[in-house]
Amino acid sequence: MTEILKLSVDRREGLAVIYTEGYINNQGGEEIARAAYDLIGSGYRKLLLNLAGTKIVNSIGISILIEIIEKMLEIEGRLAFCNLTPTIEKTFHIMGLAQYAGIYTDEPTAVDGLAI
Amino acid sequence: MNPVLREVTLTLPIAPDMEVAASKTATALAEFMRMSPEKIDEVRLAVVEACINAFEHSHARDQKVRITFAVIGEHEPEKLEIRVVDQGVGFRPERVEQPRIAEKLKAARKRGWGLKIIEGLMDEVEIDSTLDGTTVVMRKLR
Repeated sequence: MTEILKLSVDRREGLAVIYTEGYINNQGGEEIARAAYDLIGSGYRKLLLNLAGTKIVNSIGISILIEIIEKMLEIEGRLAFCNLTPTIEKTFHIMGLAQYAGIYTDEPTAVDGLAI
Repeated sequence: MNPVLREVTLTLPIAPDMEVAASKTATALAEFMRMSPEKIDEVRLAVVEACINAFEHSHARDQKVRITFAVIGEHEPEKLEIRVVDQGVGFRPERVEQPRIAEKLKAARKRGWGLKIIEGLMDEVEIDSTLDGTTVVMRKLR
């Protein structure tokens, strides 16, 4: 009963958006990290994770997201999230992620926020 | 003590993604209780985290985790009680370090958030742990 996370990436001028669909567990988190590090390697310093297709993120997946946040801080980049379910957003606040990554209701708002 | 209106018990092998099976049962019972979608999601994630903790840390001799879901109420469902039981080596809850994001960002090990998430999402959490195993009881009001 393995739940596979589907990912897609939209590379734009100065910003890349990673779209997820499915459960973010350890494998899912690793998939996101691979995509994020690939984008960072290509020169992107602003990443947006659009989680509209994800209903559940476990703590292992989130700990991998924390690794990505750490990397973004190292390179003075920015990571933001959008389209979170209320529970994922609540969990991110419980953990304090919102102090280090922007959380936006939708993609246009996030893109505007990252442009500042 | 209010009566149990409905009860379901699962015995899960310790294996990858088995927590998803538990989360589906939690969802079905929470929907039966007519919990709000937000509360259902919170219960699901708390169950996932409790299972992952048991899978990863219990070292259960039988390699199994038992989960009992009980819908409790006088006449109508009032709360969902979830009991996650393993026959592992136990732990000292008071010795579990509270994770802090500022420290985790610098640390090699980013893990250790399960209990904090469970406590943040559920209304009541009790942990009873001995050398013969651990029982985590979580409750969510409708």
